[in-house]
Amino acid sequence: MLTRRIIPCLDVKDGRVVKGVNFVALRDAGDPVLAAAAYDAQGADELCYLDISASHEGRKTLLDLVERTADCIFMPLTVGGGVRTVDDVTALLRAGADKVAMNTAALLDPTLVRAASDRFGAQAIVVAVDARRSAGPTLRWEVFTHGGRHATGRDALAWCEEAARLGAGELLVTSMDKDGTRSGYDLELTAEVARRVPVPVIASGGVGGLEDLRLGLTVGAADAVLAASIFHFGEQTIRAAKAYLAAHGVPVRALA
Amino acid sequence: MIAVVDSGSGNLRSVEKALAAVGGRPIVTADPDVVRRADRVVVPGQGAFRDCMAGLAARGLDAALREVIAAGRPYLGICLGLQVLFDESEEQGPVRGLGVLAGRVVRFRPESPTRKVPHMGWNDVHLAPGRDEPNWRGLPDGAHVYFVHSYYAVPSEPGVTVLECDYGVRFAAAVRKDNVFACQFHPEKSQSVGLALLTRFVTCA
Repeated sequence: MLTRRIIPCLDVKDGRVVKGVNFVALRDAGDPVLAAAAYDAQGADELCYLDISASHEGRKTLLDLVERTADCIFMPLTVGGGVRTVDDVTALLRAGADKVAMNTAALLDPTLVRAASDRFGAQAIVVAVDARRSAGPTLRWEVFTHGGRHATGRDALAWCEEAARLGAGELLVTSMDKDGTRSGYDLELTAEVARRVPVPVIASGGVGGLEDLRLGLTVGAADAVLAASIFHFGEQTIRAAKAYLAAHGVPVRALA
Repeated sequence: MIAVVDSGSGNLRSVEKALAAVGGRPIVTADPDVVRRADRVVVPGQGAFRDCMAGLAARGLDAALREVIAAGRPYLGICLGLQVLFDESEEQGPVRGLGVLAGRVVRFRPESPTRKVPHMGWNDVHLAPGRDEPNWRGLPDGAHVYFVHSYYAVPSEPGVTVLECDYGVRFAAAVRKDNVFACQFHPEKSQSVGLALLTRFVTCA
């Protein structure tokens, strides 16, 4: 049976982990490669880097980081942040990323999703969607871009459906309402997206504990769960998360 | 020397590094003469079947691959490197493959909307009944390996399937005929299980 995936996500800037990772005695808590290797050893199912570098130098540093990471981990690596052109996608895949996530640029120019998907296959293209609940009597979500700073007026569910049609092989859906709150994923959001699109959905934003992972994968109907702080700061391990999920009947990959 | 064949698409670096990590000496190449000189040949591949076949043909690699396969040298196909072995794929086609193995490549047709395509993630694989696969010896039945694909091969010759996987339909996770071995999953992304498989491939006689 296809198992549900647990994906630790590292925010990186100029080649460094933004907040540091403290779950093991790393020689350098700010080095993403060491954190990536530690997650590989723990049995994470995939790894995600989200780059928040703004500068051109930062982008070059990212490519170097992806190369060094891909050289020492043997699990899938998704890289997102600042991807604007098919050339950006090409460079990241060449550097060793397995999947490239696009967000703002995909929304501004949906043909980018189509072009990248045609060139590299849907399996290599992730569209990341930052969604926030809209005020009003009906339940709806609006897409935000630029790291959640710009409202677009676009309906998030409609955009998710369009992104899948354009050739995204996976959707990374982040709740802006929940992100950083540690109160759990926006389960209605992920469940609604998962119901509407034929491609896998990754839930993101709001994890406070292991039960949140379970809810994301069951009530939220997500195929994979993204988490950052609960793993980075040693509150939980990948092993503990898998044991918890398995004990509650969620199919996960057993660790050797 | 292991030739890692560059058809112009895909993440070759991961395959190269994984082979090196288990003691192989990989060289990424698009040169058919390098492929002809190799002791072993690995064909990774991602993206579209048509592009992969076109990439192989444009460089004369299709003929070189048929030669090294006919010469009995160990072949490892990964993902599209499995699919291109077959007669044809229905992806954007039909498109002709190398025709080394009889059969065709078809798309997953989910029986329910909750079953997503691509088939993406870790799934368990099992030896096909009565089969013994040298590259899988010592590995546990039901071990999880990493898949990411929307199409799968349906061999028409009995006994070619050596590992099976279930995704609504039972499909060939790995195939073998003589010196030709290929897996639909990604050993280079399958942590210890994948590295064990690659170890067996780089050391097989």
